[in-house]
Amino acid sequence: MEEYSVLRLILYLAGIIGVVVAFHAAYLVWAERKIAAHVQRRIGPKEVGPFGLLQPLADGAKLMSKQLFRPAGADAVLFWIAPFMVLVPAVMSMVTIPFSENLVARDINIGILMIFAFASVNVLGLLLGGWGSANKYAVISAARAVSQNVAYEIPMLIIVITVAMATNTLNLNDIVRQQDGWIWNWNAFNWLKVGPFMFANMIMFFICSLAETNRAPFDMAEAESELIAGAYTEYPGMGFGVFFMGEYANIVIGCALTTILFLGGWQSPVAFLPDGVWWFVIKLYALLYTVIWVRWVYPRTTLYGLLNLSWKVLIPFTLFNLIMTGLWLKVFKGF
Amino acid sequence: MSRYWKDVIGGFKSLLVGLKITGKYTIEPVVTLQYPHEHLTMTPRYRGHIELVPDPETGETSCIVCGMCQKACPSNCISVDGEKPEGAKKKVLTKYVLDFTTCSLCGSCVESCKPGAIDFSKEYNLAGPSREAYVFDLLKRLKERSR
Repeated sequence: MEEYSVLRLILYLAGIIGVVVAFHAAYLVWAERKIAAHVQRRIGPKEVGPFGLLQPLADGAKLMSKQLFRPAGADAVLFWIAPFMVLVPAVMSMVTIPFSENLVARDINIGILMIFAFASVNVLGLLLGGWGSANKYAVISAARAVSQNVAYEIPMLIIVITVAMATNTLNLNDIVRQQDGWIWNWNAFNWLKVGPFMFANMIMFFICSLAETNRAPFDMAEAESELIAGAYTEYPGMGFGVFFMGEYANIVIGCALTTILFLGGWQSPVAFLPDGVWWFVIKLYALLYTVIWVRWVYPRTTLYGLLNLSWKVLIPFTLFNLIMTGLWLKVFKGF
Repeated sequence: MSRYWKDVIGGFKSLLVGLKITGKYTIEPVVTLQYPHEHLTMTPRYRGHIELVPDPETGETSCIVCGMCQKACPSNCISVDGEKPEGAKKKVLTKYVLDFTTCSLCGSCVESCKPGAIDFSKEYNLAGPSREAYVFDLLKRLKERSR
Protein backbone atom coordinates (compact mmCIF):
# COMPACT_ATOMS: atom_id res chain seq x y z
CA MET A 1 0.00 0.00 0.00
CA GLU A 2 1.18 3.50 -0.82
CA GLU A 3 2.79 5.39 2.06
CA TYR A 4 0.55 8.44 1.79
CA SER A 5 -2.85 6.99 0.80
CA VAL A 6 -5.94 7.91 2.80
CA LEU A 7 -6.80 4.24 3.23
CA ARG A 8 -3.60 3.78 5.19
CA LEU A 9 -4.59 6.58 7.54
CA ILE A 10 -8.03 5.09 8.09
CA LEU A 11 -6.58 1.63 8.67
CA TYR A 12 -4.10 3.13 11.10
CA LEU A 13 -6.75 5.00 13.06
CA ALA A 14 -9.02 1.97 13.22
CA GLY A 15 -6.18 -0.40 14.01
CA ILE A 16 -4.40 1.65 16.62
CA ILE A 17 -7.31 3.31 18.36
CA GLY A 18 -9.77 0.44 18.02
CA VAL A 19 -7.61 -2.60 18.41
CA VAL A 20 -4.47 -1.58 20.25
CA VAL A 21 -5.62 1.23 22.52
CA ALA A 22 -9.23 0.35 23.28
CA PHE A 23 -8.70 -3.39 23.42
CA HIS A 24 -5.66 -3.10 25.64
CA ALA A 25 -7.25 -0.53 27.93
CA ALA A 26 -10.22 -2.83 28.41
CA TYR A 27 -8.42 -6.14 28.70
CA LEU A 28 -5.39 -4.95 30.61
CA VAL A 29 -7.80 -3.94 33.36
CA TRP A 30 -9.21 -7.44 33.24
CA ALA A 31 -5.72 -8.94 33.21
CA GLU A 32 -4.70 -6.65 36.04
CA ARG A 33 -7.57 -7.87 38.19
CA LYS A 34 -7.01 -11.49 37.25
CA ILE A 35 -3.27 -11.44 37.88
CA ALA A 36 -3.67 -9.42 41.08
CA ALA A 37 -6.10 -12.05 42.27
CA HIS A 38 -3.82 -14.97 41.47
CA VAL A 39 -0.79 -13.30 43.04
CA GLN A 40 -2.90 -13.08 46.20
CA ARG A 41 -4.28 -16.61 45.62
CA ARG A 42 -7.77 -15.45 44.74
CA ILE A 43 -9.67 -15.95 41.47
CA GLY A 44 -10.65 -12.45 40.39
CA PRO A 45 -13.49 -11.61 38.01
CA LYS A 46 -15.37 -14.78 37.12
CA GLU A 47 -19.07 -14.02 37.06
CA VAL A 48 -19.47 -11.87 33.92
CA GLY A 49 -18.92 -14.25 31.03
CA PRO A 50 -16.48 -17.17 30.98
CA PHE A 51 -13.47 -16.33 33.22
CA GLY A 52 -15.01 -12.89 33.68
CA LEU A 53 -14.04 -12.03 30.11
CA LEU A 54 -17.05 -9.77 29.60
CA GLN A 55 -16.17 -7.74 32.70
CA PRO A 56 -14.52 -4.91 30.69
CA LEU A 57 -17.75 -4.48 28.72
CA ALA A 58 -19.72 -4.19 31.94
CA ASP A 59 -17.18 -1.71 33.31
CA GLY A 60 -17.28 0.28 30.08
CA ALA A 61 -21.07 0.40 30.03
CA LYS A 62 -21.04 1.61 33.61
CA LEU A 63 -18.45 4.32 32.87
CA MET A 64 -20.35 5.52 29.80
CA SER A 65 -23.66 5.74 31.64
CA LYS A 66 -22.25 8.20 34.18
CA GLN A 67 -23.16 11.87 34.01
CA LEU A 68 -20.28 14.04 32.81
CA PHE A 69 -20.17 16.28 35.81
CA ARG A 70 -17.70 19.11 36.29
CA PRO A 71 -17.17 20.35 39.85
CA ALA A 72 -17.85 24.03 40.58
CA GLY A 73 -14.68 26.08 40.36
CA ALA A 74 -12.99 23.69 37.92
CA ASP A 75 -11.59 25.18 34.75
CA ALA A 76 -13.94 23.95 32.00
CA VAL A 77 -11.42 23.96 29.15
CA LEU A 78 -8.46 22.49 31.02
CA PHE A 79 -10.66 19.99 32.80
CA TRP A 80 -12.01 18.45 29.62
CA ILE A 81 -8.87 18.81 27.51
CA ALA A 82 -6.61 17.01 30.01
CA PRO A 83 -7.78 13.41 29.41
CA PHE A 84 -7.16 13.83 25.71
CA MET A 85 -3.73 15.30 26.39
CA VAL A 86 -2.93 11.92 27.88
CA LEU A 87 -4.66 9.76 25.29
CA VAL A 88 -3.72 11.51 22.04
CA PRO A 89 0.10 11.43 22.51
CA ALA A 90 -0.17 7.74 23.35
CA VAL A 91 -2.10 7.09 20.15
CA MET A 92 0.35 9.22 18.17
CA SER A 93 3.34 7.36 19.57
CA MET A 94 1.93 4.10 18.24
CA VAL A 95 2.55 5.40 14.70
CA THR A 96 6.18 4.37 14.77
CA ILE A 97 5.95 1.12 16.71
CA PRO A 98 6.95 -1.72 14.36
CA PHE A 99 4.67 -4.61 15.26
CA SER A 100 6.36 -6.59 12.52
CA GLU A 101 8.66 -5.72 9.64
CA ASN A 102 5.78 -4.39 7.52
CA LEU A 103 3.12 -3.82 10.17
CA VAL A 104 4.13 -0.31 11.06
CA ALA A 105 1.99 2.73 10.36
CA ARG A 106 4.82 5.05 9.41
CA ASP A 107 8.44 3.96 9.28
CA ILE A 108 10.02 7.22 10.45
CA ASN A 109 13.76 7.68 10.74
CA ILE A 110 13.48 9.49 14.06
CA GLY A 111 10.78 7.21 15.48
CA ILE A 112 12.24 6.90 18.94
CA LEU A 113 12.73 10.65 19.21
CA MET A 114 9.11 11.17 18.27
CA ILE A 115 7.90 8.75 20.93
CA PHE A 116 9.82 10.57 23.64
CA ALA A 117 8.63 13.94 22.39
CA PHE A 118 5.03 12.78 22.73
CA ALA A 119 5.70 11.05 26.04
CA SER A 120 6.50 14.43 27.57
CA VAL A 121 3.09 15.76 26.55
CA ASN A 122 1.48 13.00 28.59
CA VAL A 123 2.65 14.53 31.86
CA LEU A 124 1.27 17.88 30.74
CA GLY A 125 -2.14 16.21 30.56
CA LEU A 126 -1.85 15.06 34.16
CA LEU A 127 -0.70 18.49 35.24
CA LEU A 128 -3.58 20.28 33.50
CA GLY A 129 -6.09 17.76 34.80
CA GLY A 130 -4.84 18.11 38.35
CA TRP A 131 -4.75 21.88 38.17
CA GLY A 132 -8.02 22.26 36.27
CA SER A 133 -10.13 20.19 38.62
CA ALA A 134 -9.64 22.65 41.52
CA ASN A 135 -8.98 19.91 44.02
CA LYS A 136 -6.15 19.91 46.54
CA TYR A 137 -5.39 16.24 46.12
CA ALA A 138 -5.34 16.61 42.36
CA VAL A 139 -2.91 19.54 42.53
CA ILE A 140 -0.56 17.62 44.83
CA SER A 141 -0.77 14.68 42.47
CA ALA A 142 0.00 16.90 39.48
CA ALA A 143 3.06 18.34 41.21
CA ARG A 144 4.27 14.86 42.07
CA ALA A 145 3.68 13.60 38.54
CA VAL A 146 5.80 16.38 37.08
CA SER A 147 8.74 15.93 39.43
CA GLN A 148 8.61 12.19 38.89
CA ASN A 149 8.45 12.40 35.12
CA VAL A 150 11.26 14.92 34.92
CA ALA A 151 13.40 12.75 37.17
CA TYR A 152 12.86 9.56 35.19
CA GLU A 153 12.99 10.99 31.71
CA ILE A 154 16.70 11.68 32.17
CA PRO A 155 17.94 8.11 32.80
CA MET A 156 15.47 6.85 30.18
CA LEU A 157 16.88 9.19 27.55
CA ILE A 158 20.45 8.36 28.52
CA ILE A 159 19.65 4.68 27.93
CA VAL A 160 18.08 5.53 24.59
CA ILE A 161 21.20 7.49 23.65
CA THR A 162 23.29 4.45 24.57
CA VAL A 163 21.17 2.23 22.35
CA ALA A 164 21.18 4.74 19.51
CA MET A 165 24.96 5.00 19.81
CA ALA A 166 25.37 1.25 19.66
CA THR A 167 22.90 0.65 16.85
CA ASN A 168 23.68 3.84 14.94
CA THR A 169 20.05 4.60 14.12
CA LEU A 170 16.92 6.19 15.56
CA ASN A 171 14.60 4.16 13.36
CA LEU A 172 12.85 1.54 15.48
CA ASN A 173 12.46 -0.89 12.62
CA ASP A 174 16.18 -0.67 11.83
CA ILE A 175 17.02 -1.29 15.48
CA VAL A 176 14.94 -4.47 15.32
CA ARG A 177 16.46 -5.52 11.99
CA GLN A 178 19.94 -5.37 13.51
CA GLN A 179 18.95 -7.95 16.12
CA ASP A 180 18.41 -10.63 13.51
CA GLY A 181 19.22 -14.29 14.11
CA TRP A 182 19.59 -16.06 17.41
CA ILE A 183 18.57 -14.87 20.85
CA TRP A 184 22.12 -13.78 21.67
CA ASN A 185 21.91 -11.24 18.86
CA TRP A 186 19.26 -9.32 20.77
CA ASN A 187 20.60 -6.07 22.15
CA ALA A 188 20.11 -7.15 25.75
CA PHE A 189 22.45 -10.14 25.35
CA ASN A 190 24.71 -9.07 22.48
CA TRP A 191 27.92 -8.43 24.39
CA LEU A 192 30.24 -8.11 21.46
CA LYS A 193 28.24 -5.74 19.32
CA VAL A 194 26.55 -3.37 21.77
CA GLY A 195 28.58 -3.90 24.91
CA PRO A 196 28.03 -5.87 28.12
CA PHE A 197 25.94 -3.19 29.80
CA MET A 198 22.77 -3.57 27.80
CA PHE A 199 21.09 -6.08 30.08
CA ALA A 200 21.43 -3.70 33.03
CA ASN A 201 20.22 -0.96 30.71
CA MET A 202 17.17 -3.03 29.85
CA ILE A 203 16.24 -3.47 33.50
CA MET A 204 16.78 0.22 34.20
CA PHE A 205 14.77 1.17 31.11
CA PHE A 206 11.94 -1.04 32.33
CA ILE A 207 12.07 0.57 35.78
CA CYS A 208 12.03 4.02 34.19
CA SER A 209 9.09 3.12 31.99
CA LEU A 210 7.20 1.97 35.09
CA ALA A 211 7.89 5.34 36.65
CA GLU A 212 7.06 7.26 33.48
CA THR A 213 3.67 5.58 33.19
CA ASN A 214 2.91 6.17 36.89
CA ARG A 215 2.68 2.49 37.64
CA ALA A 216 3.13 0.96 41.06
CA PRO A 217 5.49 1.02 42.90
CA PHE A 218 5.95 4.53 41.48
CA ASP A 219 2.28 5.52 41.36
CA MET A 220 2.82 8.64 43.40
CA ALA A 221 0.49 10.59 41.13
CA GLU A 222 -2.40 8.26 41.77
CA ALA A 223 -1.71 7.15 45.33
CA GLU A 224 -5.15 5.89 46.28
CA SER A 225 -4.52 5.71 49.99
CA GLU A 226 -3.21 9.27 50.28
CA LEU A 227 -4.63 11.22 47.34
CA ILE A 228 -7.92 9.37 46.60
CA ALA A 229 -7.17 9.05 42.88
CA GLY A 230 -4.73 11.92 42.43
CA ALA A 231 -5.28 13.91 39.29
CA TYR A 232 -8.29 11.76 38.38
CA THR A 233 -10.17 12.43 41.61
CA GLU A 234 -12.80 14.75 40.13
CA TYR A 235 -13.21 13.01 36.79
CA PRO A 236 -16.57 11.38 36.11
CA GLY A 237 -17.43 8.51 33.77
CA MET A 238 -15.64 8.58 30.47
CA GLY A 239 -13.39 11.50 31.49
CA PHE A 240 -11.80 9.01 33.84
CA GLY A 241 -12.15 6.31 31.18
CA VAL A 242 -10.19 8.33 28.61
CA PHE A 243 -7.46 8.99 31.19
CA PHE A 244 -7.23 5.31 31.82
CA MET A 245 -7.11 4.41 28.15
CA GLY A 246 -4.20 6.83 27.84
CA GLU A 247 -2.45 5.32 30.85
CA TYR A 248 -2.75 1.79 29.57
CA ALA A 249 -1.74 2.82 26.06
CA ASN A 250 1.37 4.36 27.60
CA ILE A 251 2.12 1.13 29.41
CA VAL A 252 1.83 -0.74 26.12
CA ILE A 253 4.19 1.75 24.49
CA GLY A 254 6.70 1.40 27.35
CA CYS A 255 6.70 -2.38 27.04
CA ALA A 256 6.80 -2.23 23.25
CA LEU A 257 9.85 0.03 23.42
CA THR A 258 11.61 -2.32 25.84
CA THR A 259 10.86 -5.15 23.43
CA ILE A 260 12.10 -3.24 20.41
CA LEU A 261 15.23 -1.75 21.94
CA PHE A 262 16.47 -4.75 23.87
CA LEU A 263 14.54 -7.92 23.14
CA GLY A 264 14.59 -8.06 19.38
CA GLY A 265 11.09 -6.79 18.58
CA TRP A 266 9.52 -9.06 15.99
CA GLN A 267 12.65 -11.21 15.61
CA SER A 268 12.35 -14.84 16.62
CA PRO A 269 14.75 -16.10 19.32
CA VAL A 270 15.92 -18.99 17.13
CA ALA A 271 17.25 -18.35 13.67
CA PHE A 272 15.30 -21.06 11.80
CA LEU A 273 11.84 -20.03 13.02
CA PRO A 274 10.07 -17.33 10.99
CA ASP A 275 10.07 -13.78 12.38
CA GLY A 276 6.77 -11.99 12.69
CA VAL A 277 4.22 -10.11 14.67
CA TRP A 278 3.57 -13.12 16.96
CA TRP A 279 7.05 -12.85 18.50
CA PHE A 280 6.44 -9.19 19.15
CA VAL A 281 3.13 -9.97 20.80
CA ILE A 282 4.62 -12.74 22.97
CA LYS A 283 7.43 -10.49 24.21
CA LEU A 284 5.06 -7.57 24.69
CA TYR A 285 2.66 -9.62 26.80
CA ALA A 286 5.44 -11.13 28.86
CA LEU A 287 6.55 -7.60 29.74
CA LEU A 288 2.99 -6.43 30.36
CA TYR A 289 2.55 -9.38 32.68
CA THR A 290 5.66 -8.33 34.56
CA VAL A 291 4.36 -4.77 34.84
CA ILE A 292 1.14 -6.00 36.40
CA TRP A 293 2.93 -8.57 38.54
CA VAL A 294 5.31 -5.91 39.91
CA ARG A 295 2.37 -3.74 40.89
CA TRP A 296 1.04 -6.37 43.27
CA VAL A 297 4.38 -7.24 44.82
CA TYR A 298 5.95 -3.96 45.89
CA PRO A 299 4.51 -1.31 48.18
CA ARG A 300 4.47 2.29 46.96
CA THR A 301 7.73 4.17 47.52
CA THR A 302 7.85 7.55 49.16
CA LEU A 303 8.38 10.60 46.99
CA TYR A 304 11.90 10.96 48.37
CA GLY A 305 12.69 7.33 47.77
CA LEU A 306 11.43 7.72 44.25
CA LEU A 307 13.55 10.76 43.46
CA ASN A 308 16.58 9.29 45.24
CA LEU A 309 16.34 6.17 43.09
CA SER A 310 16.43 8.28 39.97
CA TRP A 311 19.07 10.86 40.87
CA LYS A 312 21.33 8.73 43.04
CA VAL A 313 21.10 5.32 41.39
CA LEU A 314 19.66 5.31 37.89
CA ILE A 315 21.29 8.44 36.50
CA PRO A 316 24.84 7.58 37.69
CA PHE A 317 24.46 3.99 36.51
CA THR A 318 23.09 4.94 33.11
CA LEU A 319 25.79 7.56 32.66
CA PHE A 320 28.41 4.96 33.53
CA ASN A 321 26.84 2.58 31.03
CA LEU A 322 26.80 5.31 28.39
CA ILE A 323 30.47 6.07 28.80
CA MET A 324 31.52 2.43 29.02
CA THR A 325 29.46 1.50 25.98
CA GLY A 326 31.11 4.34 24.09
CA LEU A 327 34.54 3.01 25.05
CA TRP A 328 33.52 -0.54 24.22
CA LEU A 329 32.33 0.47 20.78
CA LYS A 330 35.50 2.45 20.15
CA VAL A 331 37.76 -0.41 21.23
CA PHE A 332 35.90 -3.36 19.75
CA LYS A 333 34.52 -1.79 16.57
CA GLY A 334 34.94 -4.19 13.75
CA PHE A 335 34.10 -7.39 15.58
CA MET B 1 30.04 4.49 49.88
CA SER B 2 29.85 0.85 50.96
CA ARG B 3 26.41 1.57 52.35
CA TYR B 4 25.35 2.87 48.97
CA TRP B 5 26.40 -0.33 47.25
CA LYS B 6 24.76 -2.37 49.95
CA ASP B 7 21.54 -0.44 49.40
CA VAL B 8 21.62 -0.85 45.63
CA ILE B 9 22.60 -4.50 45.48
CA GLY B 10 20.68 -5.61 48.56
CA GLY B 11 17.64 -3.67 47.42
CA PHE B 12 17.70 -5.22 43.97
CA LYS B 13 18.07 -8.69 45.47
CA SER B 14 15.13 -8.15 47.80
CA LEU B 15 13.02 -7.08 44.83
CA LEU B 16 13.82 -10.36 43.12
CA VAL B 17 12.95 -12.31 46.27
CA GLY B 18 9.56 -10.57 46.33
CA LEU B 19 8.94 -11.51 42.72
CA LYS B 20 9.94 -15.10 43.42
CA ILE B 21 7.56 -15.50 46.36
CA THR B 22 4.58 -14.02 44.57
CA GLY B 23 5.47 -15.87 41.40
CA LYS B 24 5.18 -19.09 43.35
CA TYR B 25 1.85 -18.02 44.82
CA THR B 26 0.52 -17.18 41.36
CA ILE B 27 0.74 -20.76 40.17
CA GLU B 28 -0.42 -22.32 43.43
CA PRO B 29 -4.13 -23.16 43.72
CA VAL B 30 -6.43 -20.44 45.01
CA VAL B 31 -7.44 -20.56 48.65
CA THR B 32 -10.58 -18.44 48.66
CA LEU B 33 -14.05 -19.89 48.91
CA GLN B 34 -16.39 -18.89 46.09
CA TYR B 35 -19.09 -18.08 48.59
CA PRO B 36 -22.47 -18.00 46.86
CA HIS B 37 -21.48 -21.06 44.83
CA GLU B 38 -19.62 -22.93 47.54
CA HIS B 39 -20.30 -23.25 51.25
CA LEU B 40 -18.17 -24.13 54.19
CA THR B 41 -19.29 -27.06 56.32
CA MET B 42 -19.53 -25.57 59.77
CA THR B 43 -17.58 -27.01 62.68
CA PRO B 44 -19.46 -29.39 65.06
CA ARG B 45 -19.67 -26.82 67.83
CA TYR B 46 -20.97 -24.02 65.62
CA ARG B 47 -24.10 -22.41 67.11
CA GLY B 48 -26.74 -21.54 64.57
CA HIS B 49 -30.36 -21.07 65.55
CA ILE B 50 -31.91 -24.08 67.28
CA GLU B 51 -33.52 -26.82 65.25
CA LEU B 52 -35.69 -29.82 66.09
CA VAL B 53 -33.69 -33.01 65.75
CA PRO B 54 -35.47 -35.83 63.92
CA ASP B 55 -35.53 -39.18 65.68
CA PRO B 56 -33.22 -41.49 63.72
CA GLU B 57 -35.83 -44.33 63.65
CA THR B 58 -39.10 -42.59 62.99
CA GLY B 59 -37.92 -39.30 61.52
CA GLU B 60 -40.40 -37.57 63.83
CA THR B 61 -39.45 -35.23 66.64
CA SER B 62 -38.73 -36.72 70.06
CA CYS B 63 -40.15 -33.64 71.80
CA ILE B 64 -42.43 -34.47 74.71
CA VAL B 65 -43.81 -30.93 75.06
CA CYS B 66 -42.50 -30.54 78.59
CA GLY B 67 -41.94 -26.80 78.02
CA MET B 68 -38.55 -26.77 79.72
CA CYS B 69 -36.90 -24.96 76.84
CA GLN B 70 -39.59 -22.32 76.91
CA LYS B 71 -38.97 -21.77 80.61
CA ALA B 72 -35.18 -21.84 80.28
CA CYS B 73 -35.09 -19.21 77.57
CA PRO B 74 -33.98 -15.87 79.06
CA SER B 75 -35.36 -13.87 76.15
CA ASN B 76 -38.65 -15.67 75.71
CA CYS B 77 -37.99 -16.56 72.10
CA ILE B 78 -39.49 -20.01 72.21
CA SER B 79 -43.18 -20.79 72.26
CA VAL B 80 -44.14 -24.45 72.41
CA ASP B 81 -47.60 -25.97 72.33
CA GLY B 82 -48.90 -29.54 72.19
CA GLU B 83 -52.04 -31.54 72.51
CA LYS B 84 -52.97 -35.03 73.65
CA PRO B 85 -54.91 -36.86 70.95
CA GLU B 86 -57.68 -39.34 71.90
CA GLY B 87 -56.25 -42.54 73.34
CA ALA B 88 -52.63 -41.48 73.13
CA LYS B 89 -50.34 -41.70 76.11
CA LYS B 90 -48.07 -38.78 75.37
CA LYS B 91 -48.55 -35.23 74.26
CA VAL B 92 -47.82 -34.49 70.63
CA LEU B 93 -46.04 -31.33 69.53
CA THR B 94 -48.27 -29.01 67.48
CA LYS B 95 -46.33 -25.78 67.54
CA TYR B 96 -42.67 -24.87 68.02
CA VAL B 97 -41.94 -21.26 67.09
CA LEU B 98 -38.56 -19.61 67.56
CA ASP B 99 -38.33 -15.82 67.46
CA PHE B 100 -34.71 -15.55 66.35
CA THR B 101 -34.67 -11.73 66.51
CA THR B 102 -34.13 -11.77 70.28
CA CYS B 103 -32.24 -15.06 70.58
CA SER B 104 -28.72 -14.68 71.94
CA LEU B 105 -27.71 -18.28 71.18
CA CYS B 106 -27.01 -18.94 74.87
CA GLY B 107 -27.99 -22.58 74.50
CA SER B 108 -30.01 -22.86 77.72
CA CYS B 109 -32.84 -24.47 75.76
CA VAL B 110 -30.54 -27.14 74.31
CA GLU B 111 -29.10 -27.85 77.76
CA SER B 112 -32.50 -28.09 79.38
CA CYS B 113 -33.97 -30.46 76.81
CA LYS B 114 -34.08 -33.92 78.44
CA PRO B 115 -35.03 -36.00 75.37
CA GLY B 116 -32.47 -34.16 73.25
CA ALA B 117 -35.07 -32.97 70.78
CA ILE B 118 -33.36 -29.70 69.93
CA ASP B 119 -29.88 -28.85 68.83
CA PHE B 120 -28.04 -25.99 67.15
CA SER B 121 -28.38 -25.96 63.40
CA LYS B 122 -25.43 -25.25 61.13
CA GLU B 123 -27.41 -22.62 59.22
CA TYR B 124 -25.55 -19.34 58.70
CA ASN B 125 -27.05 -17.87 55.54
CA LEU B 126 -29.63 -15.85 57.41
CA ALA B 127 -30.22 -12.70 55.38
CA GLY B 128 -33.88 -11.78 55.24
CA PRO B 129 -36.13 -8.99 53.97
CA SER B 130 -38.15 -8.42 57.13
CA ARG B 131 -38.37 -9.06 60.85
CA GLU B 132 -40.95 -11.75 60.24
CA ALA B 133 -38.43 -13.76 58.24
CA TYR B 134 -36.67 -14.53 61.50
CA VAL B 135 -39.64 -16.09 63.22
CA PHE B 136 -39.01 -19.72 62.45
CA ASP B 137 -41.65 -22.43 62.63
CA LEU B 138 -39.31 -25.25 63.57
CA LEU B 139 -41.95 -27.96 63.25
CA LYS B 140 -42.57 -26.94 59.66
CA ARG B 141 -38.84 -26.87 58.99
CA LEU B 142 -38.50 -30.38 60.41
CA LYS B 143 -41.25 -31.68 58.13
CA GLU B 144 -39.66 -29.97 55.14
CA ARG B 145 -36.31 -31.51 55.93
CA SER B 146 -37.63 -35.02 56.44
CA ARG B 147 -39.46 -34.85 53.14
